[in-house]
Amino acid sequence: MTVDSVKLALETPDERQPFAELGMKDDEYQRVREILGRRPTSSELAIYSVMWSEHCSYKSSKVHLRQFGTKAPKSEALLVGMGENAGVVDIGDGWAATFKIESHNHPSYVEPHQGAATGVGGIVRDIMSMGARPIAVMDALRFGGATQPDTRRVLPGVVEGISHYGNCLGLPNIGGEVAFDPCYIGNPLVNALCVGLLRKDQIKLATAPGPGNKVVLFGARTGADGIGGASVLASATFEDESQAKRPAVQVGDPFMEKLLIECCLELYQADVVVGIQDLGAAGVSCATTELAAKGTGGMSVDLNLVPLRDPTLRPEEILMSESQERMMAVVTPDDIAAFMAICEKWDVPATVIGEVTDTGRLVMTWDGETIVDIPPGTAADDGPVYERPFHEPAGQAALNGDGPERLPRSSDLRETLLTLLGSPNLASKEWVTSQYDRYVRGNTVLAQPADAGMVRISEVMPGAEETTRGIALSTDGNGRYAKLDPYAGAQLALAEAYRNVAVTGATPLAVTNCLNFGSPEDPEVMWQFAEATRGLADACQILGVPVTGGNVSFYNQTGSDAIHPTPVVGVLGVIDDVAKRVRSGFTAPGLRVALLGETHEEFGGSEWAHVVHDHLGGLPPQADLIAERGLAAVLAAAAAEGLIEGSHDLSDGGLAIALAESCIAQGVGASVSLPIEDAFVGLFSETASRALVCVQPEAFDALAELCGRFDVPCYGLGTTGGTSLTVQDVFDIPVGELRDVHTGALPAIFG
Amino acid sequence: MSAARVGVVTFPGTLDDQDAARAVRLAGAEAVPLWHAERDLKGVDAVFLPGGFSYGDYLRCGAISRFAPLMEELVPAARDGLPVLGTCNGFQILCEAHLLPGALTRNQGLHYVCRDQRVQVVNADTAWTAEYETGQEIVLPVKHGEGRYVADARTLEALESEGRVVFRYLGGNPNGSLNDIAGITSEAGNVVGLMPHPEHAVEELTGAPSVDGRGFFTSILKKLVNA
Repeated sequence: MTVDSVKLALETPDERQPFAELGMKDDEYQRVREILGRRPTSSELAIYSVMWSEHCSYKSSKVHLRQFGTKAPKSEALLVGMGENAGVVDIGDGWAATFKIESHNHPSYVEPHQGAATGVGGIVRDIMSMGARPIAVMDALRFGGATQPDTRRVLPGVVEGISHYGNCLGLPNIGGEVAFDPCYIGNPLVNALCVGLLRKDQIKLATAPGPGNKVVLFGARTGADGIGGASVLASATFEDESQAKRPAVQVGDPFMEKLLIECCLELYQADVVVGIQDLGAAGVSCATTELAAKGTGGMSVDLNLVPLRDPTLRPEEILMSESQERMMAVVTPDDIAAFMAICEKWDVPATVIGEVTDTGRLVMTWDGETIVDIPPGTAADDGPVYERPFHEPAGQAALNGDGPERLPRSSDLRETLLTLLGSPNLASKEWVTSQYDRYVRGNTVLAQPADAGMVRISEVMPGAEETTRGIALSTDGNGRYAKLDPYAGAQLALAEAYRNVAVTGATPLAVTNCLNFGSPEDPEVMWQFAEATRGLADACQILGVPVTGGNVSFYNQTGSDAIHPTPVVGVLGVIDDVAKRVRSGFTAPGLRVALLGETHEEFGGSEWAHVVHDHLGGLPPQADLIAERGLAAVLAAAAAEGLIEGSHDLSDGGLAIALAESCIAQGVGASVSLPIEDAFVGLFSETASRALVCVQPEAFDALAELCGRFDVPCYGLGTTGGTSLTVQDVFDIPVGELRDVHTGALPAIFG
Repeated sequence: MSAARVGVVTFPGTLDDQDAARAVRLAGAEAVPLWHAERDLKGVDAVFLPGGFSYGDYLRCGAISRFAPLMEELVPAARDGLPVLGTCNGFQILCEAHLLPGALTRNQGLHYVCRDQRVQVVNADTAWTAEYETGQEIVLPVKHGEGRYVADARTLEALESEGRVVFRYLGGNPNGSLNDIAGITSEAGNVVGLMPHPEHAVEELTGAPSVDGRGFFTSILKKLVNA
């Protein structure tokens, strides 16, 4: 079989090439020709097409994402910012944490189990490639309506995929979200987050310096998985072709990934790695171009040396394969023997496939012929950048004008609470989370249904200091809020994740995000994206938490129907003494219950409007970031002083749901009155910047004083105890009834 | 007096080894890492086979681990009375190695289950349960996809009549185990296997909302110190 070599390309300049089929635009193809001064070989075309795809190049989002850098608040904690595999933050006592969230949306629709599983695998390798031990995962999931038939196909598969892969890897799943809305029926969202731990002086970067150093491919062998996955699945909708493209989804092997984790950690410990990169989207293409571009600048690779699972693979396919559980390292010749010995100990295949050069060119050969000869930076960094046009959607003003004020409010608030509590978005997610191992590694302090997950820092790492610290993590996103106002919606997502971390007693430190949107080629979607990024960047600045990295997922749409814009925001926080963590809900009888924060009448995009009236209109709650910051400061100080016995943030469903969940948490009832006269507003409004806490009666004054110092309103609502949730003059509901309604909803749908 | 030494085995794909070692240390014993590929028990006084997905659960849970070089040392030592505890995947390995009868199959509900499970101590006379009382109710986490204990009728009857059922699930069987069996012991009472995870219930701060798992480790320690 002839190989499309550089020599052949020079001899056949007019050969027609399938750039369009590979998702490349005409002008992009012309640019490649200009860069190379000839037509690309088919292997070079494969590289450019995947590296310049939306998924790898961020070509439509880049101009907006820059704000996360230019508006970033000063943060002494930030050790590695955006642009690397994941951001790294200083968490004290010589330790650093690295975390990131990433989407695997389209594959999870095509093949829910493998799509979700490999989503977990991919983000875990990102964390590993920073030099860290992955210590926990969480997932933010969005599905179509809970009772829509396709949701019964997609949800169980996604949950099983995450469960199988994550559990097999031995990473505790400590939180996340599950939400339903018909807008996601053809485009479910599977956003996977991983956090890792490393010593501050141990950070690894994706770089290939030092001519003569060896390039090692290790982990699973390369097969036909996901060929074209990166560009095909991420650069166009696939409504009529999902059958045809099914093989494009990758298949994961968590056992190999577990071996890779332990192998990598031993390699780091032995200090035999100069640079490292995981193989994700665009596989060998991405790893070689990025490593070379960030290093000395050149690399030579013999593609025949890539170990194959399928010996019939062509070089183009090897370059595009997205086979899972692979890593690429740069190793000095002196360390190669030690490197290989460690891989052998862990039964991880490893092969030297090339070396670093100072030629400034990435050169690859196949059967002795040169098939790739490019400046690596042109593929890795100099992809196209688009200033896509955007404008406010035609119906936006009408949507905002159709507020929830006209909706009738039931006078039976007991019934309203139970209806909301048993609705799929607010119901207990135990059906999902009980399929995840939340205990493995023995460091889980808080996990679902707590507001944030928390793990203590206790890892056996040579040279590591003992510490009492812990980290807390939460993700949040509300597509309905963002649909009504993407600027405020993104801020509200950040505010809630930030608040979730704060109620555990931790101090929020840094942000990761996964921006899920429709097609960037639609100016109305692009407006949503521009507004959301602007809102998030502004909010990060005010809250003092920098964005450390993340991921953009476009083309979440079927035909012209895009999903609600869904920015999912993850916040990482630190608690100095993990023993002072605040548990979720009402933890004992006889405690005083207090509501922190002011309640306004805000029902736009609320769960009540959604569940009771199937209504979406008006404006979302106000994102008052100054209030949010004050609340977090109170919660951190109160936790450090040991004032708080239990807490819960207020969000979807308002005070009513927070009270109900707080009672259900430990089976402790409460008797409370409402902070404002209008019981309906008091119970169900979704005003942000609020939290529920319970304290020993004698600590109440100290709490109120603390709140005063930070200008946070503090309302004593009542006391915990008994077997019912009693709201004075409104209703009295046994905790058992609340629990049955809350936990029964998802099993009734999914079995 | 030197501390009792408890070996903690790591196979490729073992996951709870760090937790197992921590639980051993918290009880005051020395945790000795044992590697699957070495035929060396390092002179330990007892062995803990922790949970995980050894060899990716390929073929059948525990089926490949059974043939690990370390097992060539462990199996005869266990037959000679070495105390051995297997939890979750460790239990599966003990069954595959025929140190315990029966087998663990896919959960009846077909889903992986992670929950805090009420468990009854049925036999408090084994090497690993002496610090409990017969009939005592404890809470331990379960987390597995293949934990349904099955055995033929004669084996079940023997286990029951000989008092070799060590733990039974209470308040809802998480996996469809026959006779609600959560754990069993060998004839001599030195080998114990169970699906729940005592090592995840030894600290107030982390893991399950109980410290009921501590008894396993205090039991073995007392036995070894008094031996």
